[in-house]
Amino acid sequence: MMSLGRRIYSGAVRLMLWASASAVCALLLWLSGCVLFRGVPGLSLELLTSQESVLHGTVGILPAAVNTLFVIAVTLALVLPLGVGAAVYLSEYAPSRRLAGAITFAADALAGLPSILYAMAGVILFCSALGLQKTLLAGALTLAVMNLPTVIRSTQESLRAVPRSCREGALGLGSGRWHMVRTLVLPASAGGIATGCMLAVGRVAGESAVLLYTAGLSTAMQDFTSLRGMAGASGATLTTVLYLYAKERADFAAAFSVATVLLALQLAIHLGTALAGRRRRR
Amino acid sequence: MERIVIAARQLEVSYGGTQALRGVSLDIPARQVTALIGPSGCGKSTFLRSINRMNDLTEGVRVRGSLTFHSREIYGPDWDVTDLRRRVGMVFQRPNPFPMSVYDNVAYGPRIHGVRGRGRLEGIVEASLRAAGLWEEVRDRLKKSALDLSGGQQQRLCIARALAVEPEVLLMDEVTSALDPVSTARVEELICDLRERCTIVLVTHSLPQARRAADRTAFFLSGELVEQGETARLFTLPRDPRTRDYVAGRFG
Amino acid sequence: MTRRWAERVMGLLFLLCGLTAVALLALIAAYLFLSGLPAIRELGLGPFLLGRTWDPDTLQFGILPLLLASLWATAGAVVLGVPAGFFTALFLAKAAPPRLAGLVRGAVDLLAGMPSVVVGLVGMTVLVPLLRERLSLPAGDTLLAAILMLAVMLLPPVIAVSQDALAAVPAAYEEASLALGATPEETWLRVTAPAARSGLAAAAALGVGRALGEATAVLMVAGNVANMPSLLSSVRLLTTGIAIEMNYAAPGSLHRQALFSIALVLFVLVVLVNILLTLALRRGRGAR
Repeated sequence: MMSLGRRIYSGAVRLMLWASASAVCALLLWLSGCVLFRGVPGLSLELLTSQESVLHGTVGILPAAVNTLFVIAVTLALVLPLGVGAAVYLSEYAPSRRLAGAITFAADALAGLPSILYAMAGVILFCSALGLQKTLLAGALTLAVMNLPTVIRSTQESLRAVPRSCREGALGLGSGRWHMVRTLVLPASAGGIATGCMLAVGRVAGESAVLLYTAGLSTAMQDFTSLRGMAGASGATLTTVLYLYAKERADFAAAFSVATVLLALQLAIHLGTALAGRRRRR
Repeated sequence: MERIVIAARQLEVSYGGTQALRGVSLDIPARQVTALIGPSGCGKSTFLRSINRMNDLTEGVRVRGSLTFHSREIYGPDWDVTDLRRRVGMVFQRPNPFPMSVYDNVAYGPRIHGVRGRGRLEGIVEASLRAAGLWEEVRDRLKKSALDLSGGQQQRLCIARALAVEPEVLLMDEVTSALDPVSTARVEELICDLRERCTIVLVTHSLPQARRAADRTAFFLSGELVEQGETARLFTLPRDPRTRDYVAGRFG
Repeated sequence: MTRRWAERVMGLLFLLCGLTAVALLALIAAYLFLSGLPAIRELGLGPFLLGRTWDPDTLQFGILPLLLASLWATAGAVVLGVPAGFFTALFLAKAAPPRLAGLVRGAVDLLAGMPSVVVGLVGMTVLVPLLRERLSLPAGDTLLAAILMLAVMLLPPVIAVSQDALAAVPAAYEEASLALGATPEETWLRVTAPAARSGLAAAAALGVGRALGEATAVLMVAGNVANMPSLLSSVRLLTTGIAIEMNYAAPGSLHRQALFSIALVLFVLVVLVNILLTLALRRGRGAR
């Protein structure tokens, strides 16, 4: 028979595993429970569809929501072509393994940098040196650089999954490299690229440190009707407006309502990622 | 008549609907080498893995009929699987030493089963490595990684690791199929020597190996036990035409 | 003819993308480095790193309290979060029934997606008052609160990386251990985990990097007074030191330059952790 000591050891290990996993789940439930409990009562159509009015003392987060979507869109528009292009160059064109290795190393190293450092770099590079001031555009540019390693890496991974024989077959038939990439490699790795994009969207939607210092904190509606207006738009996104309400104004009811909206957004992104992943597996 | 260690009666094993063993009845006598032969997919490995319940790890496995170890039902409720597996050791097709030192590999089993004290462990490690014919080759590199040994040495290390918990039965699942001819010959010699210490059940797809190493041989086909008997008799005077065809190398 | 042109143009375009990406990444690193140097040069490396007082009004910029607070907070968070993350990963990779594992993985993903401001909000409105009442403190904004926040933030990446490492251990090792009569639990801790040690080390390093660099969630609970750190008093970390004053420091001032120097210190620390991580992974690959 197995000794009592071994029985206790094995039972204790199993207990630890279940306890840790339960604690992680409980943590998620507790965090989202706290947010929903205090945030849902404050949700109203007015909150979501109006802007803040000092005169009436009302809170509206429409500008922040629009700013968030704008930042996500601009970041994606910048990082997607750049990241996918760089990954394609690395995997399909790069003349030397060594160069590709060096670039991959740089991307990996920068993937580990905390967002506060990207915020600092954004402040010097885009706000000052490029003269963009504190604008959503400067914020989106910074976030694009921050997500570049993520998109490059996930694209490279899915490009790697396309078998070498396919490529050689296409090139052997006299197809040009770009033709091969366009008709064969990119379609095969679309799912992986989409997953990478969803990851980036999730990070952008949840990011606060970068935007606090590069994008401005105005809560008024910006002008998105002209290119000029878009370039100069400066204001708080959902995350930074939450920070503003909680930390500077101590308006916790509003902060929790914004938090609820953010959680809903993250849930949608999570489901989108899962969907993209499922399609890829098929 | 030698004592029977393992006895199967009308043993049926299925994996999620696929029948892998059909009504197998087989006695395995003590201190002898019993070889299980047959073409791949014939059920010989399934039979082997039923004996130490490694089958439990496969999803959807069902066992019916009777399979006993010292007259106790292996799939009965009163067995502690860890105890069964200590007494019925196993060596696998591919050498699978742990990624640790040679010493720690051999000491792993005894430590798990509560052996403490440097002196005792060192004694067990040396005795097991000697029994596996590996001691002279590794005595100076006990602290080196086991993954640096050659394939043949790794497999003998796995045998030493299995011997270290003093099993009564040793199950060997095509243990030489990943080895070169020289290493294979050494392991076969070793199997013959180990007969003194424990009962051996050997799954092999090499007929010459069964002939050289086994006292008794059992021939499996499509989940059934076709014929069993003394090795010399089974190879020279097979009773079933299917056995005759197989040992003559006409299929498989 | 047109196709040949398209080939050439696209080839150039991809090259351009590759170069831009690399240039941007290099630019970020270079700017962080260069903009961090002036203040250090002016103040001297010794007084900057080891000075005990941070007071922009009197132009005293010593970051020892921030540095130590960051190290303590990171150590605390790692001690709490890494084992919990490791055990959860082991649960997901080995012990959990497949369906339950899927559910828990979903929970971990959602936790990973939780914005740090939201975690910080719950921290400042629920955790901080709780600490104040339970421990009868004058204020709940403490190093302890920061540690708890960081532990939450480092859990998801630690779980993800350790889980991959544990799942990659060949089943043959575990089979051999079980066949010797070990229980599954003994096998996981004595064979699987040691076999995955380089991946687990990488997970721990990732956790350290995450804890060192997290700003917003900590900013909302740490109190941000530049004290020498103790568990139950308000602290300012390297990250929050930058964050709290970034919007107020006048452009061109020594104060602002000093903030960039803090960023440089953080940069160096994180790069060091990343190098350790790369080494851990490489050694794992080298050991076959």
